[in-house]
Amino acid sequence: MIVVDKLKKSFGNNEVLKDISITINPQEVVVIIGPSGSGKSTFLRCINLLESITGGTIHIKGKNITDKTTNINEVRKDVGMVFQQFNLFPHKTVLQNIMISPMKVKKVSKEEAEEKALALLKKVGLEDKAKVYPDSLSGGQKQRVAIARALAMEPNIMLFDEPTSALDPEMVGEVLEVMKDLAKEGMTMIVVTHEMGFAREVGDRVIFMDGGYIVEEDTPVKLFSNPKEERTISFLSKVL
Amino acid sequence: MDFNFTIIWEYADLFKKGILVTIQLSLYAIVFGTILGLLIGLGKIAKNQWISLPFRCYIAVFRGTPLFVQILIIHFGFIPLFLNTTNAMVAAIVALSLNAAAYIAEIFRAGIESIDRGQMEAARSLGMTHVQAMRYIILPQSVKRMIPPLGNEFVVLIKDSSLAAVIAAPELMYYARLMMGQYNRVWEPYLTVAVIYLVLTLTLSFFLTRLERRLKTE
Repeated sequence: MIVVDKLKKSFGNNEVLKDISITINPQEVVVIIGPSGSGKSTFLRCINLLESITGGTIHIKGKNITDKTTNINEVRKDVGMVFQQFNLFPHKTVLQNIMISPMKVKKVSKEEAEEKALALLKKVGLEDKAKVYPDSLSGGQKQRVAIARALAMEPNIMLFDEPTSALDPEMVGEVLEVMKDLAKEGMTMIVVTHEMGFAREVGDRVIFMDGGYIVEEDTPVKLFSNPKEERTISFLSKVL
Repeated sequence: MDFNFTIIWEYADLFKKGILVTIQLSLYAIVFGTILGLLIGLGKIAKNQWISLPFRCYIAVFRGTPLFVQILIIHFGFIPLFLNTTNAMVAAIVALSLNAAAYIAEIFRAGIESIDRGQMEAARSLGMTHVQAMRYIILPQSVKRMIPPLGNEFVVLIKDSSLAAVIAAPELMYYARLMMGQYNRVWEPYLTVAVIYLVLTLTLSFFLTRLERRLKTE
């Protein structure tokens, strides 16, 4: 369970997150939508402390991760992240990309890491790409490898930061399929996305953020068909 | 202009000795300069201004003063403090290494900073420590990009090692000056060593280009 309480984040004088409080339950799929600059990516990055927070607290499974004595690396082992720009390691093969963290961070043996990596590649439908370098993959394939790489650490929570925004339209589907499978398996997921179809189909809850606040949150059906706040209505009228 | 090859042959053995010392000086300076340069480069990147300050000062001083002056200060001032007497070879290696380290530090810094920020974030998000991320993800990628400027610096080092002649380190240029003094000739000694330096630097460039090409296809 993730409990965020009065989270604040500033970049210099620019306060990007003003007062975010939310509780996310195990196995829940939360989709965050909102206009650009609303703070949704920053919020996501705060959850695994890629951004240092300015105020408030975040608890994951009862542990205050914003406390100075907490080992950030321990927290991150449990929280996988998928980036818009994939961020695969270009000097390593697809297989090595997936194996490196389990081997270096969790000290898993090479054989075990390789076996696991191949199984994950199969799961995302790319077992034939194990030996190639990321440069030779399409965007959709890269993102699926990035998901497999995050899963190799066996996280309990997965964060997705606009995972399909850098993809050609015909490749969005294959990435969303992988994410849907993950959701079905009961992974706790927080997804920042512009894919309203995905939000509606897979999300347990949709959060609309604007100006550093959570403006409105509800089940996808209710939020999309019957938004209450003016800003939500205006945003949805542009994207739906 | 008459060109006397006989005196060059007469000096052939000494030039051979000089070449070996020049290579030795350069290799030591390359190794020590690179190790020191990496540490200083990493220090300069530190976000904390107070930690990076000494490293920034080091680079400013060693890049901002002539190598010639550094060699003289280290030879006549610095080395005697530790060895009681001075030693031209030690002084030359120390001066060349310290000087090269300042330039190499900047090459490392630029190489590391040229790697997309997302690489570090991805590595950290996978639970790696900062040191692990540097070692397994950032440095291997930046080293590839650093080879051309590093090669450049190594070529400069070979050439600059000739300055050690003024403190009588028995390298190539030292024997050229010796020959010039003995026969009072200009062209023979200086053209000969110029050609030898050219061969040394071209050889190094050749190997660096091959290394670069090999890493590219990987």
